[in-house]
Amino acid sequence: MEKGTAMEKGWEKAWPALRAAFPYTVPILTGFLFLGIGYGIFAHSMGLPKWLAPFMAATIFGGSLEFIAVTLLLAPFNPVQALILSLVIQARHLFYGISMLDKYKGTGWKKVFLIHLMCDESFAINYTAEVPAGIDKGWFLLWISLLNYSYWVTGSFLGSQFSTLLQFNLKGLGFIMTTLFAVIFLEQWLKEDQHVSASVGFAASLGCLAVFGAQRFMIPALVIILAVLTILRKPLQRQGGRGQF
Amino acid sequence: MDMTLMQQLVTIAMCVLGTMATRYIPFLLFPPGKQTPPYVQYLGKVLPSAVFALLVVYCLKDVSLTAELHGIPEALALVVTGVLHVWRRQMFLSMAAGTILYMVLVQTVFAG
Repeated sequence: MEKGTAMEKGWEKAWPALRAAFPYTVPILTGFLFLGIGYGIFAHSMGLPKWLAPFMAATIFGGSLEFIAVTLLLAPFNPVQALILSLVIQARHLFYGISMLDKYKGTGWKKVFLIHLMCDESFAINYTAEVPAGIDKGWFLLWISLLNYSYWVTGSFLGSQFSTLLQFNLKGLGFIMTTLFAVIFLEQWLKEDQHVSASVGFAASLGCLAVFGAQRFMIPALVIILAVLTILRKPLQRQGGRGQF
Repeated sequence: MDMTLMQQLVTIAMCVLGTMATRYIPFLLFPPGKQTPPYVQYLGKVLPSAVFALLVVYCLKDVSLTAELHGIPEALALVVTGVLHVWRRQMFLSMAAGTILYMVLVQTVFAG
């Protein structure tokens, strides 16, 4: 039923998969090292000890929440608030998980890592990247996730340890993450035969951003996207038929 | 710093718990052995396009159209990224061109 048995063994498939996966992660290498260094510098500048930024990067591994966690650590102790805030900020992962149920099937022991390390970037790349012919799917997806993870942790480590030494003029380099999602969005747009979902996503996000502001738009946007796509299920499935759906 | 080390670790543990809950829940609710409800399968197919749009907006959420730069560097860089990508379909080329243009713009023409 599943291709799991062949995938679960086969360490010899790891190396070719790494070589195939690495090029896909080069943009993330650039972006995560830069942003991670920025995060390390930020955490250290707020007075946190040097080990905390890389520690949070390695355990939480969710960029935007990690920045907020720095401020939580400087505020009065409130673990319940920290938990609720984390659930709200990270709620989009629920959508990633639902989208990856199929793709992560049959990956054996690697699945735990694929789920555990599923940040925005790894989701986006693992969802869109076609596994090259002859390359083991499980290893390919795992390497992309692991490489992205290592870039982020390394960046935050470098930033917190060497914050005073790292002062290049790299203003604007973080924009590479914006171009990443723009290109992935565009790829998806060019691939699909109707753009209802993409348009709903854009309209809901922009609308909520205008109404609720940058700090609070994510949850209402997710709710509206879910609601509209649920309402449109019948027509979309009928229209998609055998094709996309 | 006012928190004790233990309080710091508990705070971080809560962030980890919240994050991992959102990552694991779909896979725990819909294990491969059981038939995934058709509604969830449908969502799995239509959500990505909407979510990619959301992520683009998320990256641009702090750009102000009314501030001094009016989001011009972002718009120019994204247009170049998009046009180049439709033309050549090479992900890294499109991203590198857009990012380098953006860096040049914010460091020179639009340097604040």
